[in-house]
Amino acid sequence: MKVMLVDDSRTIRNIQRNVLSQLGYTDIVEAGDGVEALARMAEGMPELMLIDWNMPNMDGITLVRKIRETNKTIPLIMVTTEAEKTRVIEAIKAGVNNYCIKPFTVESLGEKINQTLGKATAAATA
Amino acid sequence: METISVDVRFINPFIRSVHNVFKTMCRLEPRVGKPYVKVSEEPYADVSGVIGFSGDASGSIVLTFMFDAASKIATAFAGVPITPEHRDFADAIGELANMVAGNAKKEFGEGLSISISLPNVIVGSHHAISPSKSHSIIIVPCETDMGSFNVEVSMVMEKKSVAAKAQPVGAAV
Ligand SMILES: [Mg+2]
Repeated sequence: MKVMLVDDSRTIRNIQRNVLSQLGYTDIVEAGDGVEALARMAEGMPELMLIDWNMPNMDGITLVRKIRETNKTIPLIMVTTEAEKTRVIEAIKAGVNNYCIKPFTVESLGEKINQTLGKATAAATA
Repeated sequence: METISVDVRFINPFIRSVHNVFKTMCRLEPRVGKPYVKVSEEPYADVSGVIGFSGDASGSIVLTFMFDAASKIATAFAGVPITPEHRDFADAIGELANMVAGNAKKEFGEGLSISISLPNVIVGSHHAISPSKSHSIIIVPCETDMGSFNVEVSMVMEKKSVAAKAQPVGAAV
């Protein structure tokens, strides 16, 4: 399963990569902002995306809206330091499936990923 | 003699946020010293991670480190050795500042709309951050097992919130 990590911090992408590899996911592509993410998606659709909010060029909330214009099913997890309720609601309205607040532990991010993929699988087979 | 008025509501959210971020991402428990008003260019820093705030509250926070503590803390965060020469050195410090800023702002007040900037990181031996005439800087000194750092907070409330209480911090300049 291909996973795309979208975050302007390479350090965060490396940490996420480690969490994913512990869960058994090693087919990973990375993007440093929303524009790069769209370009990578055109090369091959991932089956899960972790998306940061604050990034240069195109932020995460804009990226989520752009993805949802054409793709309603790909599981999207917002992973961000934006923690206000209003932001979480805004992200859910834009179409994210789950929301993980930074700072995160390896366990909490892993749980969000499993939760999101479990729900997505259940929805697809329902 | 003039007393600088500081909205102390801003200080405690940063202290809680620093604890949360350093504990969760670096497995460090910062010991926080008594906050004080910055009156000169000192203390100098080798590395500064800067985040700006805009909207209903504006200003900035800066995480400042000497090289040794910055390397050790960045290493604890990244999980791989990060020296000042490593390409992810500034990235790691900037992301720590980003998380401290983002987690603090949710506590500034219900119904406030505040945005944070992307991180800017200054790397240079013994650089100075000067307090301006209009905006005071509160320094929150932090100590960890991997070295010390400071959180320099300079915040102003733009929107008069009902909950906002500006209290004078005892500094006369
Ligand atoms: Mg970011």
